[in-house]
Amino acid sequence: MQLVLSEDQELLAKTASDWVREHSPVSRVRQLRDANDPTGFSRPLWKQMAELGWVGIVFPESYGGAGMGFADLAVVLEALGRTLAPEPFLSTVLLGGRAILLGGSEAQQQAWLPGICEGDKVLAFAQQEAKSRHDPFRVALTAKPDGKAYRLDGEKIQVLDAQVAEALIVVARSSGGERDEAGLTLFLVPRDAAGLTITPQTRIDHRNAALVKLDGVRVAADAVIGANGEGAALLQQVLDGATVGLCAEMLGAMSQVFDDTVSYLKTRLQFGVPIGSFQALKHRAAKVFMEIELARSAVMAAARAADATDADFEKLVTMAKARCSDAFVLAANEAVQMFGGVGMTDEYDVGFYLKRARVAEMTFGDAAWHRERFARLGGY
Amino acid sequence: MTELESFREDVRKWLGANAPKSLVGTPGGDLEGNWGGRKAKYPNPDMKRWLELCAERGFTAPEWPREYGGGGLSREETKVLRQEMARAKVPAPLIGFGLTMIGPTLLMFGNEEQKKEHLPKICRGEIRWCQGYSEPGAGSDLAGLQTRAVLDGDHYILNGQKIWTSYADLCDWQFCLVRTDPNAKKQEGISFILFDMETPGVSVKPIKLISGSSPFCETFLTDVRVPARNVVSKVNNGWTVAKALLAHERTMIADAFGSAAGGGKSKGLAGMARDSLDFEDGALADASLRHRIAQTEMDTRAFLLTTQRARDAAKAGHAPGSESSMFKVYGTELNQRRLELMLSIAGPQALGWEGAGFEERDLGLTRDWLRSRANTIEGGTSEVQLNIIAKRVLGLPD
Repeated sequence: MQLVLSEDQELLAKTASDWVREHSPVSRVRQLRDANDPTGFSRPLWKQMAELGWVGIVFPESYGGAGMGFADLAVVLEALGRTLAPEPFLSTVLLGGRAILLGGSEAQQQAWLPGICEGDKVLAFAQQEAKSRHDPFRVALTAKPDGKAYRLDGEKIQVLDAQVAEALIVVARSSGGERDEAGLTLFLVPRDAAGLTITPQTRIDHRNAALVKLDGVRVAADAVIGANGEGAALLQQVLDGATVGLCAEMLGAMSQVFDDTVSYLKTRLQFGVPIGSFQALKHRAAKVFMEIELARSAVMAAARAADATDADFEKLVTMAKARCSDAFVLAANEAVQMFGGVGMTDEYDVGFYLKRARVAEMTFGDAAWHRERFARLGGY
Repeated sequence: MTELESFREDVRKWLGANAPKSLVGTPGGDLEGNWGGRKAKYPNPDMKRWLELCAERGFTAPEWPREYGGGGLSREETKVLRQEMARAKVPAPLIGFGLTMIGPTLLMFGNEEQKKEHLPKICRGEIRWCQGYSEPGAGSDLAGLQTRAVLDGDHYILNGQKIWTSYADLCDWQFCLVRTDPNAKKQEGISFILFDMETPGVSVKPIKLISGSSPFCETFLTDVRVPARNVVSKVNNGWTVAKALLAHERTMIADAFGSAAGGGKSKGLAGMARDSLDFEDGALADASLRHRIAQTEMDTRAFLLTTQRARDAAKAGHAPGSESSMFKVYGTELNQRRLELMLSIAGPQALGWEGAGFEERDLGLTRDWLRSRANTIEGGTSEVQLNIIAKRVLGLPD
């Protein structure tokens, strides 16, 4: 494993960062929020990202993708993360699309992947429940056989992009108890299914999320993704891949909020000098710098392990998420502290990073949860 | 077969024929091993033979030019050599500040005469070097050093006191910072000079540490006559030389702690916990310790990945990245945290100083922990390192 960008990746990083500078400043996120935009992101920009080949990076060329890897995708997501771009990479590419790629039938793949790669189709992945906290296998939503079909009942929370998705992949329990790993099944549910209610939720980062209620929703047997009752392994694989992507986005965001902080330290004057000349602030900044450097190494290693199907992948991805959760929260908290009073105002962008840090921290397991998982993987 | 592979073949064959069997399994990490020098003792004569055999091939300083006793090997070949020595489980033939600090500094700043005089002796393990930097009044403010060097004909007369001179009592030569111009700005009046520890007027006194060991000494200099030709680089340009050498020192310290944390002599925190603590359902019963272990293991892994990233970037031809400036501060603090955690895992058994009721392993851990408290002070305190990061990497103003 080489922890260095290839020449192609360097080029991709530059293209992405130039594009972000031109098309996706943080002010865009602010405008979407203030306008209460019902789409929550920009469909034209999503289409552009697809045309640039970014949306299809990890999908095979036969479905219109680029047949590249997570190490490449991470470069793009880091650039987009710098300005908190809200386009549906997580929901549509890393969760929904990857679930269909890894577990779907040929027919499901044909029906969805080309449309995703073209930037036309949005998918949601309904996984989290009110009681599950960070445990992906804690699922109460039931799937009961109903003739040749299934009947789904239950509720999911904070489902990313559910309000704009054409279909939802729902993680349901077809057998076993609420905390069992066995007995999980993934279903593809169209958004117009009878008994499906989607209620948008407003979270602190104002990205799309929704409550999803399934009240006797009937789906046919061909809606199952993968094997009935054996969804846990698929779910874990999808979540681990998505976590790598999320970590890359977090890495970009923490790097940007830190860069902004350092710039502020150089320009803000108090007592007649730049506040960055005070040792107390220098040391705080240097410590944040170190945490970001370590997070970067962890993210690069996890992305490369994902591509190489490295035996250590699970440990590396869980380490990356623990580090990124802690480092992003630290960088954002320290940013507010070092910006001082203006860091608390809505007028400055710092608050957007602080809020996104908390949301990202709690997505796919917080640092404490991943420490526990790391210990379990290490046999202690 | 590529050139590198055939080099590996050659090395493997040579090791098979020459590596002494009695040395297999001997520890030879960066902080222990054969330091060489006039006063070196060889309880196992094979160690001395091993040094001589390696020196003959240039394997003690593989990357140095052959004309100075090095091996003239590329970085890649050196890596292969290290891998093969590790594979054969033989210790490094020689370690010490000659190889890691003064040698690289002489290659960069020394004149031809100095290189020819000192480098081959370092490669052959004949001369062991110590570092005369800190003084009682010049610690973090190193440039405030007061040891005077006054020109008298073709000699300098040195007077003053050095402190924290590692292993000065076992060393043969010292590289030393002295004030040659008391009227210049403090960084601009310093010279970098070399002298034999047997010169009249040099005396050494070991300092006993809280760990019970005495790796450091005080060096007293009273009218010590040192040839003026022993000044490295120009007179009053010593601060530039000193800083370059400190960079080598920081790399060495970070590497040492990185390799110790990455396995080395410890079998890992989890292994230690498994030996001495209760498990329930396959997990460590003490959840708080479990989380501390997981956190520390992750920190260690991420740190090692970051040192790897720096090496990979260097190999790919990138300029040294900003990440390397943090290795000293993060590596040493990590080492301290690991040892603190080991104390917690060992519990009251970690409280032994010596004697009945304590195992060698526990006693060793406790001494290591005490010694480790110096890690964040020696070679530049953590606070000084953070200042360096803030200034050089982040560009924050003075």
